[in-house]
Amino acid sequence: MSALTFTLKQPTDQRIDMSPLVCQKLQGLDVDAIAAIELQNGKSRRRVDELFYITGMNTQEIIIAYSNNKLDFIGKELDGGSISVQGDAGAYLGMQMKSGTINVSGDAGLYAGCEMKNGLLQIEGDAGDFLGGALPGNKQGMKGGTVLVKGNVGQRAGDHMRRGQILIEGNAGDYCGSRMLAGTIAVMGNTGRYLGYAMRRGTLLLWNQPQLSATFNDCGSHTLAFLPILFASFKSFNSRFADSGAAFNRVQRYGGDMAETGRGEVLVRI
Amino acid sequence: MIINGVTIDKTFAEAFPMKATRAIITAQNEKWAMISAQAMTGFATSVIACGCEAGIERVLSPDETPDGRPGVAIMIYAIGGKGLAKQLETRAGQCVLTSPTSALFAGIEGGKPIPLGKNLRYFGDGFQIAKKIGGKRYWRVPVMDGEFLTEATTGMVDAVGGGNFLVLAESQPQALAACEAAIEEMRKIPNVIMPFPGGVVRSGSKVGSKYASLGASTNDAFCPTLKGVTKTDLSPEIESVMEIVIDGLSKEDIDKAMRVGIQAVCDLGAANGIKRISAGNYGGKLGPFHFHLQEIMA
Repeated sequence: MSALTFTLKQPTDQRIDMSPLVCQKLQGLDVDAIAAIELQNGKSRRRVDELFYITGMNTQEIIIAYSNNKLDFIGKELDGGSISVQGDAGAYLGMQMKSGTINVSGDAGLYAGCEMKNGLLQIEGDAGDFLGGALPGNKQGMKGGTVLVKGNVGQRAGDHMRRGQILIEGNAGDYCGSRMLAGTIAVMGNTGRYLGYAMRRGTLLLWNQPQLSATFNDCGSHTLAFLPILFASFKSFNSRFADSGAAFNRVQRYGGDMAETGRGEVLVRI
Repeated sequence: MIINGVTIDKTFAEAFPMKATRAIITAQNEKWAMISAQAMTGFATSVIACGCEAGIERVLSPDETPDGRPGVAIMIYAIGGKGLAKQLETRAGQCVLTSPTSALFAGIEGGKPIPLGKNLRYFGDGFQIAKKIGGKRYWRVPVMDGEFLTEATTGMVDAVGGGNFLVLAESQPQALAACEAAIEEMRKIPNVIMPFPGGVVRSGSKVGSKYASLGASTNDAFCPTLKGVTKTDLSPEIESVMEIVIDGLSKEDIDKAMRVGIQAVCDLGAANGIKRISAGNYGGKLGPFHFHLQEIMA
């Protein structure tokens, strides 16, 4: 059975709420029922078949073709199955997803992976601000799973992050790991200003020396036993993180944010 | 049944249900992993007085361990799950946490999870760090030599304890040599431990005693110096008896270990003073697992 494919007929001026089109909600529906689902498109509600050509039948394998950055909430609360986005994704990609995989061939907008609970979210391009963060007003961001970004990410990646891991092959913007509660953010590229601002616990694993705030204290250089296990867990990813050459276990450890509880850490490869 | 001049008694070993777990200890090198493993499995020969029975299962090469360092797999057996969890935790805390460069990992996937480092983390006094990697929770506890890395839990499974056989020989050195040969072969079998010193016990016991406070006492029927004064089970030429006790994850595991062990003894044969193989039981009324020697060697 071929993948259920939604091909965008033409770019829309207004944003589209894609949250009804997730695997678990479409399971058991025939093509007519899927076509009749109404999506919020700006101020109006439009049927799926008004916006998309629909082909294929496998509701556990969804493809969104000709996607662009107006398509919000792709994979919201996804609970099993896979969604492949051909093109860019809008805001709130994979928001609160519970399991399954989402792959985006282009870029993702704001709040990708926000409050995610589990699963794998892979973005081949760049991601916007608040990657894996918490919605405004909420106290906990990503709570589990893996977000893998092959490009760069915006500001406040992992804001309020509680658990899970964010792997960034490119650069991270300012305030990376801000207000982090726990979890791991790994950045192969460079990081911006105010790294780990007000982080309480958690690990920022860096390949390059960051510009650190005065509230991060040097704890010296160390060989840490958990790092080989962490890198071994990356082996299954289609990423530079899976390369054996990327692994290291010798780091400079900085503790902080001392303006908070100071139980977080920045580990920099040496 | 006679194998190479050695009589295999038509009797059986009687064993009991136990709870078991396995842990993997790694360190900077095999020497220190072994030191830690020996400490953790020390004073654990019999549940009668030690609270558990523990032993080293085997040495692990770096590619077999979670952190890629040399390691040792140990197993602990106890009568109940609660007792096992307590023994595991106290031993891990005093013998592995304290041992230089060590790390501690689960050795059994599945089963009921019991704390391994889950509570040892409090030694970190708030500086400990949790990491969930690949679905498993680890704790990083800051210690004076760096960090103690431990998995939070390991698995507890149903197991069998008390498989055994007795080696009856013409002299003490011959009995010991035969047991050493047996242990060497039995250590190659996975999922079993022989918890007594060097795997061999020379003070096999019977149930009960003339002293009311004792639940077990010397197995006088197999004591060679009492041949003339008690209801002995020994023929005149037997001068020494030694026992090998086996705990295993399943009856089949113990079967295998007993088979290779008895075979190793029989390979030495009557020419080396080995006369009989027997086994300890309680009439078959106490333990549900029976290991019939002749069936095992058939």
